[in-house]
Amino acid sequence: MDRKTNLKDWTLFLGFAAVVLCLPIILDPIGANYPDLLQKIAIFGIFAIGFNILFGLTGYLSFGHAAFIGVGSYMSLWSFKLLTMNVLPAIAFSVILAGMFAYLIGFVSLRRSGIYFSILTLAFAQMSYSLAYSVLTPITNGETGLQTRAIRTDPATSLLDGDIRIIDQALGIQEASVPTTHFFGMAMSGYTGFYFCAVLLIICFFIAQRLTNSNFGMMLKAIKSNQNRLNYTGIHTRPYLIAAFVISGMYAGLAGSLMAVTDPIAGAERMQWTASGEVVLMTILGGVGTLVGPVLGAGIIKYAEQKVSSWNEGILDSFFSFLPEGLQHFMSGLGALFVGEGWHTTLGLLFMIIVIFLPGGIMEGIRRIAAVFARKSKSNNTSAAAPQPAE
Amino acid sequence: MDAIFLQFLNGLDKGGAYALIALGLTLVFGTLGVVNFAHGALFMLGAFCAVMLRKIFNISYERVSETEVDFLGKPLKEQIPYLKGIFGEDLGGFMLDYSVPLSIFLAVIVMGIVGFIMERGLIRHFYKRPHADQILVTFGLAIVVGELIRHYFGANPIPQAAPKAVSGSANIGYLVGLGPNVIYPWWRLVYFAFSVSIIFGVFAFLKFTTFGMVVRAGMQDRETVGLLGINIEQKFTIVFALAAIVAGVAGAMYTPILPPDYNMGMDFLVLSFVVVVVGGMGSLEGAVLAGFLLGILQSFASMQAVQNLLPGISQIIVYLVAVVVLLTLPRGLLGRKGVMED
Amino acid sequence: MSAAEDIANEPGRGFDRGTANTVLHIDDVHKSFSGLHALSDVDLDVREGETHAIIGPNGAGKSTLLNVCVGRLKPDRGAVVFDGEVLTGKHPHEINQLGVARVFQTPEVFPELSVLENVMVPALSKRDGHFRLNPFKNFFGEKALRDEAENVLESVGLQAQLTDMASVMSRGDKRRLELAMGLIQHPRLLLLDEPTAGMARHDTNATIDLLKKIKEGGMTKVIIEHDMHVVFSLADRISVLAGGRIIAQGTPDEIKENPKVKEAYLGEEQV
Ligand SMILES: Nc1ncnc2c1ncn2[C@@H]1O[C@H](COP(=O)(O)OP(=O)(O)OP(=O)(O)O)[C@@H](O)[C@H]1O
Ligand SMILES: [Mg+2]
Repeated sequence: MDRKTNLKDWTLFLGFAAVVLCLPIILDPIGANYPDLLQKIAIFGIFAIGFNILFGLTGYLSFGHAAFIGVGSYMSLWSFKLLTMNVLPAIAFSVILAGMFAYLIGFVSLRRSGIYFSILTLAFAQMSYSLAYSVLTPITNGETGLQTRAIRTDPATSLLDGDIRIIDQALGIQEASVPTTHFFGMAMSGYTGFYFCAVLLIICFFIAQRLTNSNFGMMLKAIKSNQNRLNYTGIHTRPYLIAAFVISGMYAGLAGSLMAVTDPIAGAERMQWTASGEVVLMTILGGVGTLVGPVLGAGIIKYAEQKVSSWNEGILDSFFSFLPEGLQHFMSGLGALFVGEGWHTTLGLLFMIIVIFLPGGIMEGIRRIAAVFARKSKSNNTSAAAPQPAE
Repeated sequence: MDAIFLQFLNGLDKGGAYALIALGLTLVFGTLGVVNFAHGALFMLGAFCAVMLRKIFNISYERVSETEVDFLGKPLKEQIPYLKGIFGEDLGGFMLDYSVPLSIFLAVIVMGIVGFIMERGLIRHFYKRPHADQILVTFGLAIVVGELIRHYFGANPIPQAAPKAVSGSANIGYLVGLGPNVIYPWWRLVYFAFSVSIIFGVFAFLKFTTFGMVVRAGMQDRETVGLLGINIEQKFTIVFALAAIVAGVAGAMYTPILPPDYNMGMDFLVLSFVVVVVGGMGSLEGAVLAGFLLGILQSFASMQAVQNLLPGISQIIVYLVAVVVLLTLPRGLLGRKGVMED
Repeated sequence: MSAAEDIANEPGRGFDRGTANTVLHIDDVHKSFSGLHALSDVDLDVREGETHAIIGPNGAGKSTLLNVCVGRLKPDRGAVVFDGEVLTGKHPHEINQLGVARVFQTPEVFPELSVLENVMVPALSKRDGHFRLNPFKNFFGEKALRDEAENVLESVGLQAQLTDMASVMSRGDKRRLELAMGLIQHPRLLLLDEPTAGMARHDTNATIDLLKKIKEGGMTKVIIEHDMHVVFSLADRISVLAGGRIIAQGTPDEIKENPKVKEAYLGEEQV
């Protein structure tokens, strides 16, 4: 039995890795083969995988994970500003800081469960968001957002407006006007940026897969299934929950860091609770508790966001041009609700449709369809013997 | 002293809005067992009822003035609202002036219908689903409603004027003998009085009508009520519509204080949930108490002296209180045993 | 040590911890639910190795007593002592780690886990004791543990359903799974709340046989049961609970003859 499971796991992992690495080719026919979008898909994939470790395995619905994105982004930018444009330290510090932050928030929020937990995490995230705009502006640069700048010449210049980059300076690296992020010389924009994120996504997937299949993962699933019973089985659930929360917080921190890596600017809007809601949607759209689902959800949402929000009434008009004129205008007027600026309407509607009709997400849908086909082929084999029931 | 009194007053109207929203949330949660993340959107819809009514009242036709001329000497073209044409100058002008309070009637009708459709069409199917699903589906609905409003009314806040008679400020200090420095907008006082009377109205309704008694019993123990042969699910629609109406009128009347935009629902929702949790999930009294408490606290936290001492505190005070309360009083201030316990 | 123990050591309020061969000692436990006295003045000793049955009419407070023992409920007064250690005030998971396992009246399994995993959870809890995080450790690699789990599942008759989800099992099967989850921990004390309720006669007999076999292994058991056939085939001693009080205690033969019991319990049963 174990060997078979092992084989299945490896097949899934290798298949996943192959698909991710070939994403530019796969997405080319649907017009999604451009680095900016590909990077986003990979980054949000990481975010969603991490979120799923908490929500999918333990059932604890956090509405505050965007806070960790913010922590990761700000930390990375400070690493760029103070130390080096090399992304390695930035990523390492971001993940560590997000983990510590998650420990603090988790330590408090996990005293409660259910909706109370959701509200507590929401409260913490909103606090971080508000503080980023007010008291913490010396660190976050408020509404303007934090950016990398040229090396400051005058020590009196605020660090927000002039960088020091100690390590780069010590190494005597010459800077052109606008420094760019790099991984030991490999630029983090364009396709290299995507492949960097993709490799991290694959590593993250691997870790998540191991975690899910480990004894630890089984305990997390038991928490979701029946936490009360687990207590009477001798398990102290709190450390497990805190561990899951911290791990998913670190994933979010990594995602936030990668956002800064691919585009070195950080603003507080990344921490807004709608951003937390977005990752929830990605996870449930793909399939809560599945490994591939959250990444799939992230990909679909990010793709749809780019496409749908770029459409306008003109495109709709030509799309409905086969209809009689009156109907055409009506349809494109109706469609205008959902495209361009109205993309969020589509998002909200998608949210509802998934929760109402397909709580298991796309992965569940695939499973159902597969089951139907399996039954069909089976009944084809046996139909000769067994008479079909009348309709 | 004056400043403190003023901040106290300042907290009352906001507290009233929190209390009204939290009241509906609690009512729905306590009876239907549904966590409604779209409740803030109902508040926002109510506010847009006021916007809508003013728009309708302002639909005008053009008339060439017989007496006045513009600066070029041509006869002036005037915009005359149909309203004045129909009801005459006086009554029409009165209606225009009082469009915000009058919008309560529109809000009651619209929100009643919205609440009815929402409960029958969506909420009803989520009674037995996990809270997480309820949160997610109503969250999605809130986004959709907000975006539709944005589509039709734009993204910018739309200011609404209070009726002229109460648009100025009251010299409260003079009235209560605190010196002439406590000046306070009339409309905020109106809002406070309004919210208190709605709260009393709802409590009286629950206390003195048979329907209310069944609802309260249902909040205590749904199974027992079911056993008594009362089909409480039939009453759920009415409860939900009532909560929607309360949120709606609260929103409509709030428009002169805060110009409504499509996003105000979300802002108020997050705060109202905090209010509900602080008050104690399932406790109506707790929701009202916590609503005013947090409103007043928030207003004190925004005083300059407090700001200097603890910068940024006004932004986070509500959440901070929520965290402290949840950790020290697991059931909130007045929460009942057995509701949503772990 | 714990607060409860401080109370226990207070002069005048102290309680004895039972005689040498007492495993579980329940000392003057009271519990009321908003006025309803579910338990009053309950004193009970369970001896090493015995099977102690608790019987009584519906609502007598039997499950409440077990809840007090495993830390689900705090008694208003009194204490529970297990093997010299005061359980009152301890968390459920601590109590389990001391060697007290419980089989619930309404089956409480992990619906979204497979049957095998349902048993692995308590097994790992027993073996590891506390929090473990090793992403590369999976019980499939641990043959000894898995074999044991499969053996226990076989002994309750679930060997054919190892990979089934617990949620799709019948109520009777869930009960057997519960039993397996208790047995795999080799607890010093196993508390069983109506382990055969809802089972077919044939399965009930199989369960009796199984419990008898464990008895030979020396595990101490407290069993709550309505089925007198089960009680009289298993119990060494019986306590009768009615209206939250222990009204009789003794060997099965003594209980059968006790007029109070006949009146309070057996009489009602025959109506
Ligand atoms: N958590 C609780 N809150 C309030 N009352 C309770 C609670 N638990 C039990 N009771 C009450 O305490 C009394 C004893 O209940 P208990 O479950 O212990 O009875 P029992 O002897 O196990 O009955 P049965 O044979 O039906 O299982 C009952 O009247 C019950 O209603
Ligand atoms: Mg019982």
